[in-house]
Amino acid sequence: MTAAEETVILQGHIIDSLILAKVLDTILMMGGTFDLSDVQIGTTRQEASRATIVVRAASPALLAEILTTIQPHGASVARETDCTVEPVRTAGVFPDGFYATTHLPTHVRLQGHWCEVQAIEMDLGIRVDPSKVSARAIPMTDARPGDLIVTGRDGIRVLPLQRPPERDVFSFMEAQVSSERPHGPIIADIARRMRTLREAGGTQGKVLLAGGPAIIHSGGRDALTWLIEAGFVHVLFCGNALAAHDMEAHMFGTSLGYGLSAGHTVPHGHEHHLRTINRIRAIGSIEQAVASGAITQGIMAACVRQKVQVVMAGTIRDDGPLPGVITDSVRAQAAMRAALPGVKLALLVASTLHAIATGNLLPATVPTVCVDVNPAVPTKLADRGSFQAVGLVMDAASFLRDLTRELGGKI
Amino acid sequence: MSRLLVCPPDYFGIEYEINPWMRVSNTADLKRARLQWYALMQELEHQIGATLERMDPIAGLPDMVFTANAGVLYGLRAVPSRFRHPERQREERYFEQWFRTHGYDVTLLEEGLYFEGAGDLLGFPDIWFGGYRQRTDIRAYPRLSEIFNREIIPLELVNPRFYHLDTCFCPLSGGELLYYPPAFDPYAQTVLSDRIAKDRQMIVPEAEALRFACNAVCIGRHVVLPDGCPDTMKQLEERGYHVHPVPLDEFMKAGGSAKCLTLALE
Repeated sequence: MTAAEETVILQGHIIDSLILAKVLDTILMMGGTFDLSDVQIGTTRQEASRATIVVRAASPALLAEILTTIQPHGASVARETDCTVEPVRTAGVFPDGFYATTHLPTHVRLQGHWCEVQAIEMDLGIRVDPSKVSARAIPMTDARPGDLIVTGRDGIRVLPLQRPPERDVFSFMEAQVSSERPHGPIIADIARRMRTLREAGGTQGKVLLAGGPAIIHSGGRDALTWLIEAGFVHVLFCGNALAAHDMEAHMFGTSLGYGLSAGHTVPHGHEHHLRTINRIRAIGSIEQAVASGAITQGIMAACVRQKVQVVMAGTIRDDGPLPGVITDSVRAQAAMRAALPGVKLALLVASTLHAIATGNLLPATVPTVCVDVNPAVPTKLADRGSFQAVGLVMDAASFLRDLTRELGGKI
Repeated sequence: MSRLLVCPPDYFGIEYEINPWMRVSNTADLKRARLQWYALMQELEHQIGATLERMDPIAGLPDMVFTANAGVLYGLRAVPSRFRHPERQREERYFEQWFRTHGYDVTLLEEGLYFEGAGDLLGFPDIWFGGYRQRTDIRAYPRLSEIFNREIIPLELVNPRFYHLDTCFCPLSGGELLYYPPAFDPYAQTVLSDRIAKDRQMIVPEAEALRFACNAVCIGRHVVLPDGCPDTMKQLEERGYHVHPVPLDEFMKAGGSAKCLTLALE
């Protein structure tokens, strides 16, 4: 527990002159710690640099002593102000100049106190409650007239990500994407985390899997079913297709018309997923289909049996869609967002759409793996800011089978 | 040719103590001081060919003779000093006025942001160095860097005897640096040994640093420095400089020497 902290600014030619190094050394030598919360390096020799340093010490007295010592080297205490807020005038519209969030842990200063922004995710605004004691990240569409939204940049702190205590693939927190990376150790690390979370029986968090229909096409259905049945997956994000082809496989033994065991198209196979969707629509819901025995095997059946929270988000190319698919994308986003609290590991498998959508909603603190046979998908995810995602370039079925074997499943 | 701003020592004296060299009891001999000052001017004007701009001395301002602390200028832009000690703050308006009446575009630093002119800000054409901790506030440098569009590397001065950068640091026209490392903290020493090529570093021995060997005026290949610095002179001569030793011990009583008595206007 840190007893005292203060933000100081150091500017000028502080890098080549070793002034920054001297100030940081001084803080450490005096027994304090620091976070370099922001460093802007001059782009030319003439241009000055600027560092924002959060100085921490075990006591206010030590902090004061450190500040007095670094002050002659140019470190001046940043004038801390509360964040500025402006009311929403039109529903669904933030005030101009609203602060757009990152997915890193963020604090805002309200009435002299720093307070953590709840439900942080990237590209949202921050709503401050009317009594100004708490703040929450909200999407534009949720802005209601009179809501107080944070504007400008004063009184906002974005904290760098702390390295997790576990020494595994996630501790690097960098979206390296390489098809040449050995998969084994990464999958072993993922499995270790999943085992720990399952053993804690939900007290330490949930595992989210966001997947595309390639899981079924490529032959990963049995493995994913086993993972769900064995209690390793607690939230599933998918679209109409994954659910439809999973149930098509059960009803017709095909996936988009391909015989899963035969390996070729079967006569009238292209109709199978439509007939599946139509059947489920007739029954009323996937849950009822499982309850009535119409669907007894596969991913969706396992989800119903294991009470996995499923959010199905629709797209404009969907057939049907299946009952339960949310066709309003704003509502779908809200449903996905509502399922995220408690997620401590996210597996984004074989779906560009769902991987990016989920990546956008996840705070940077959630270890994330993006598995796709196309390296462009994890790359795209990283380019859109989900830098914490570990990219794994491999086929969905191979990934799920390896993971299943690692967790003791016989596939 | 080089132009220098100087101020005759008509009112020079030790009337207060604002650095470890000054002792009110150690009175300056005004007559001797005048002779030494005129000998220095003679050397600069007639031996080296510098043009001297003389400003009027003001009664009651004994340190105005040290024009290096008037401010800093580059081209037609001038930033007058903001002295740390009230004793010298009274000089500020006279220097500022001189800059204004001589056509300089004057920028004033905010009050309380101490900066002691070319006494603390020196350099080579591509990089300037600024002494801080003793007199100038390090916070002045980002502002000066902005005004002059120059990289300014702050250097911490750790010995009160070397209270201005020009007392221990003298950049020469050939790119060499004459300096006394122990006047700087270890970070500044590292910066200097990294930034200045080894063969361009000319280290002044302690005894001569204490005679203000570094408080020298370099004009082209000529270097004017206080007398009694044989090692420094030898080093300079080996590198092809013409050295002009001048006795200036009366001014050492106030903590200044050749460089402190001049301000380069170009």
